[in-house]
Amino acid sequence: MKLGMTFGAALVASVSWASVAAAQTELSLWYHGAGNEAESGALNMIIDDFNASQDEYKVVVESFPQESYNDSVVAAALAGNLPDILDVDGPVMPNWAWAGYLQPLNIDEAAIAEFLDGPKGYWDGQLYSIGFWDAAVALMSRQSTLDALGLRTPDVDNPWTGEEFMAALDAAKASGDFEYAFDLGMPWTGEWYPYAFSPFLQSFGGDIVDRTTYATAEGALNGEEAVAFGNWWQSLFADGYAPGTSQDPADRDTGFVDGKYAFSWNGNWAALAALEVHDDVVFLPAPDFGNGPKIGAASWQFGVSGTSENADGAAAFIEFALQDKYLANFSNVTGLIPATSTAAAMTDNYAEGGALEVFFGLSAGQATLRPVTPGYVVSAKVFEKALADIANGADVADTLDAAVDEINADIERNGGYGH
Amino acid sequence: MATINPDNRGLRLAVRYLVLTLIALIFIFPLVFMVMSSLKPDLQLLRDTSSLRAFLPVGDISLDNYYNAFSRVPIAQFMFNSLFVTATTVFLSLLLCSLAAFSFVFLNWSGKNVALAIIIATLIIPFETIAIPLLLFVSKLPWIGMEGLTFGWLDTYRVQIIPLVADGLTIFLFVQYFRDLPRDLIEASRVEGASWMQIYLRVVMPLSGPILATAAILKFLAMYNQYLWPLMVVQQEAYRPVMVGVQYFFQLSTAWGEIMAYLTIITIPVLAFYLVLQRAFIASIASTGVKG
Repeated sequence: MKLGMTFGAALVASVSWASVAAAQTELSLWYHGAGNEAESGALNMIIDDFNASQDEYKVVVESFPQESYNDSVVAAALAGNLPDILDVDGPVMPNWAWAGYLQPLNIDEAAIAEFLDGPKGYWDGQLYSIGFWDAAVALMSRQSTLDALGLRTPDVDNPWTGEEFMAALDAAKASGDFEYAFDLGMPWTGEWYPYAFSPFLQSFGGDIVDRTTYATAEGALNGEEAVAFGNWWQSLFADGYAPGTSQDPADRDTGFVDGKYAFSWNGNWAALAALEVHDDVVFLPAPDFGNGPKIGAASWQFGVSGTSENADGAAAFIEFALQDKYLANFSNVTGLIPATSTAAAMTDNYAEGGALEVFFGLSAGQATLRPVTPGYVVSAKVFEKALADIANGADVADTLDAAVDEINADIERNGGYGH
Repeated sequence: MATINPDNRGLRLAVRYLVLTLIALIFIFPLVFMVMSSLKPDLQLLRDTSSLRAFLPVGDISLDNYYNAFSRVPIAQFMFNSLFVTATTVFLSLLLCSLAAFSFVFLNWSGKNVALAIIIATLIIPFETIAIPLLLFVSKLPWIGMEGLTFGWLDTYRVQIIPLVADGLTIFLFVQYFRDLPRDLIEASRVEGASWMQIYLRVVMPLSGPILATAAILKFLAMYNQYLWPLMVVQQEAYRPVMVGVQYFFQLSTAWGEIMAYLTIITIPVLAFYLVLQRAFIASIASTGVKG
C-alpha cells in the first residue's frame, strides 16, 4: 500500500513536472563561439538567468566554431533548418536579412538608445540585429619609441594628419632600429582587409561602394581619392615601410612586441598581450588623411531567424541580454568593448583609468560601418584581392577599375540587392 | 665492361641511403614539427618557426597544450563520432563496391559497360558540385526509427554515412583488380556448381586482400578527413567529427600549440590504421600501380 502511494505520488510529480516542461517553448540559439570557454560561460549565464526569469520560453544554445559558422548557417537555411536566434557578424547582417535568414528585430529601441553605433544592426531602415560589444583597431606603438623619434603623441581629439603619420614612418625607418616601420597585419587575409584597411580608403575620401545609392562602386572605388589611397597603399610596400603579403604570420603575432616594428595596426583583442610585455604600449587613433580619422566597426550581433515561429520569445531573450551587467561581463571575459558607456564603467579594462579605456573612445569617435548592403559579402572579397594585388605591385588605376567592374557586375546580377 | 668494386658499391649504397633519408625527412618533418610544437607555449612556438628549434624539444616543454585542447573540445566525443562513421562507411563501402565490381566483371547483363562508364565518369565530378543538391535531398528523406516515421536526416550519423558509402573510385579499384584474377578459377567454380554468391565469398574475396586493404585505407582517409559534408548536415555538437573540431581553436587569438596537440591526437588513428594494413597496401600499389 505504502509502495503504491509512493509510486502514485512520484507519478503525479513527474507528470506535473513534465506538464510545466511541455508548456515551455524551446528557443534554439546558434552561436559562433565553440571552443571559447570564457565566452560560452558568459552566454550561458545570460541564458540561465533568462530561463529562470520566466516559464514561457527555454533557450537552448548550440555552439559552432567561428571559422565555419557562416557556412553552417547558409547550409541550414538551404535545408530549412534555421534556429530561432542567430548570431551574425555585423557586416554580413544585411545579406542575411536580404536573403530572408533574419527577420526584423522587434525590441524596445529605447533599450539601445545609448549603444555605440557599431553594435546596432540596421538595414533598410529596420533593426535586424544588436550586439553586446564592438571591436576597435588602433595604431599600436610604445611611448619610448615616440619619445626616441621625437614624435607628438596623438589622441582621439588630435590625431595625426596623413603627413604627420608618414613623417613618423620616415623617422622610424631612418632610425634603423626596426625591420619595418609599420606592421599592417598582411597575413591576416579575409575580413581583416576590408575591416582594417577600408577605413584608410574612407579617410582619403573614397569607399568600397557608393553609399548614396549602393548601386555602383564607380567613382567611390576608382575615383581620384581612391587612386590617391591606392598610390599611398602601394608606397607603403614599395618604399619599404611595411612588410607585404609575404609577411611571416609569426611576425604578425610577435613582431611588434619583439621590437621588429615601430607601429602596428592591430585590434583591442591584442592590446592586453602587448601590455603584458611592454607597459609603455600606447594605442593611437587612426591618422586623418583628409576626410576624418576612421576605423572599422560592427562585430558579432544577435537577431531572430527568418523562419522562427517564436519571434516574440526570441526578441524577449535578446532584449533581456542587453542589460549592462551582461555587457560588462562579456567584456570582462572576452576583452571586447562593451556596447554602452555605463557597461564600460562596470568593466575591468574600459572603466575610467582602465588599460583599454582609449578603445571605447576610438569606437565612439572614429568607428565607421562597412558598407551596409547585402552585396558587401562579395565586394569585401573583391576589395581584399585588389589591395593584395596593389601591394604586390599591380597598376593602381587598372586594379581599382577592374574591382569596380566586378562589384558592379555582382550588384547587377543580384538586381541591386534590394536597394 | 664496367665493373663494380666493393668501394664503388659502398659509395653508391651510401648515396642511395642519403637520398632516401633526405626524402624521408622531407615527409617526416611536418609530423615532427607538429609533435614538437604541441609541447611548446604559443609565443615560443611562433619564435621557433624561423629556426631548426622548431623541430627540437627545447625551451619551455610541457603537456599544457594537450590539457587545454581537451578542455576546449570534446575530443573523445568527436573521435568516437569520426571512428564510428568511418568504420561503418568503410565496411559498407567495401561490401557494396566489391559486389558492384563483381557484377561488372563476372556477370553478363545488358548495359553494364554503359553503367560502368557512368560510374567512372563520376570520378571527375568534385563533391562540392553536388553537395548542395545532396543537402536538399537528405534534408527531406524519410526514416523509420524509434520515433516512427520522420523526415529529414540532418543531425544524425546516417547522413554522414549512407550518402558516402558508394563511390566511383572504390568500384573502379575493385573492377581493375577483379579483371586480373584468373578466369579459370571462376569458370572451374561454375563447372563445380558454385553459385555466384559462393564464388564471390569463397573464391574472389579470399584472393582480394591487397585491394581490400588499399580500398579500405583510401576510404578511411577520405572519411576520416571529412569536413565540408558534416559541416553542412550536422548542427549538433553530439554528431560532429574530428575535422570540424580543428576550427574550435581559431578564435580571435589562434591557439597554435593547442591546434598542434589536437592534430597530434587525431593523427594517431590514421597512423595506426595505416601501420596495420601497410604491408597489404604496398603490395596492392606494387601490383596495380594505384597511387594514394
